[in-house]
Amino acid sequence: MGSFLFGALINLNHPDHYFQWHFLGISAANAIVIVLMVATFVAALLLPFPGRRRRKENQ
Amino acid sequence: MSTSEIDRQWTTRLRKRTFGKLPPEKMLPDTQPSYVSSWIYVFGVATISSIVVVIGTGCVLAIFGPQWWHTSPEGRFVNSLHLWSVEIFFFSMVIHLWGKYFMAAWRGGRALTWITGMVLFLCSIVTALTGYVSQSNFDSQWISTQAKDAINGSGGGAFFNLLNGGQMLMWHIVLMPLILVLLVGVHVVLVRIKGVVPPFEENAGADQ
Ligand code: HEM
Repeated sequence: MGSFLFGALINLNHPDHYFQWHFLGISAANAIVIVLMVATFVAALLLPFPGRRRRKENQ
Repeated sequence: MSTSEIDRQWTTRLRKRTFGKLPPEKMLPDTQPSYVSSWIYVFGVATISSIVVVIGTGCVLAIFGPQWWHTSPEGRFVNSLHLWSVEIFFFSMVIHLWGKYFMAAWRGGRALTWITGMVLFLCSIVTALTGYVSQSNFDSQWISTQAKDAINGSGGGAFFNLLNGGQMLMWHIVLMPLILVLLVGVHVVLVRIKGVVPPFEENAGADQ
């Protein structure tokens, strides 16, 4: 029950995956985090901020 | 008593300096310029929010200790909250950093804000490292024996020994949190003193 509730959604209990390109190596986990950060950064720049219109209307 | 005598009091001088530079309306303003209504400005506060959770869950871990956080379901849950709030902390700090980099947010006398940010970034990495080696499991043994050579190679090993579990724990739960909290305070007060940096168009060529 406990492990059912708190266990990770993905099974992480194995050696990590690595991407290797010539002398450059990065773990899949780190690569995923970097891709997510870039995606969030781009989304933060492009998505409209809620409340922006409301403030203009009030002015 | 003349006014100059009162002016010489440190309480008077401190009050005038503090409230002269940072009156309450500037410290806690009602409004911000319109360009601040963008998601990119949320990541500084997201970083603060996650560090609050990091410190809160860390305090719970400190109360119950390693046996609890390694073996009981509740302990492992709080341990995971601590780890994942650190992940969110670094995640939002890096997006915050990128945002400020592309805004060149050090313009207009804001260099110290940028520098305290950089130092916060470096101190956060040291905090994470001392945290990894404080887990008290095979992971922490592996990390400490791998990382000690880099520290020893830099000459720092004489007073910062990754194999010294007690020392690493104290850095992790006393010194580094103290430094981080103080620096975050200075960083945010500096932002409030200077106000949010205006976009490029408005002051092109004015204060590079
Ligand atoms: C513990 C980590 C950090 C925390 C809690 C933090 C928090 C904040 C907050 C709340 C603000 C104001 C709101 C905003 O613009 O997002 C801010 C502004 C700023 N931060 Fe950070 N920050 C951190 C790390 C960094 C880093 C790593 C850098 C860059 C090296 C940085 C550079 C700046 C700059 C330049 C500003 C001023 C922006 C302006 O004047 O418009 N900060 N920070």
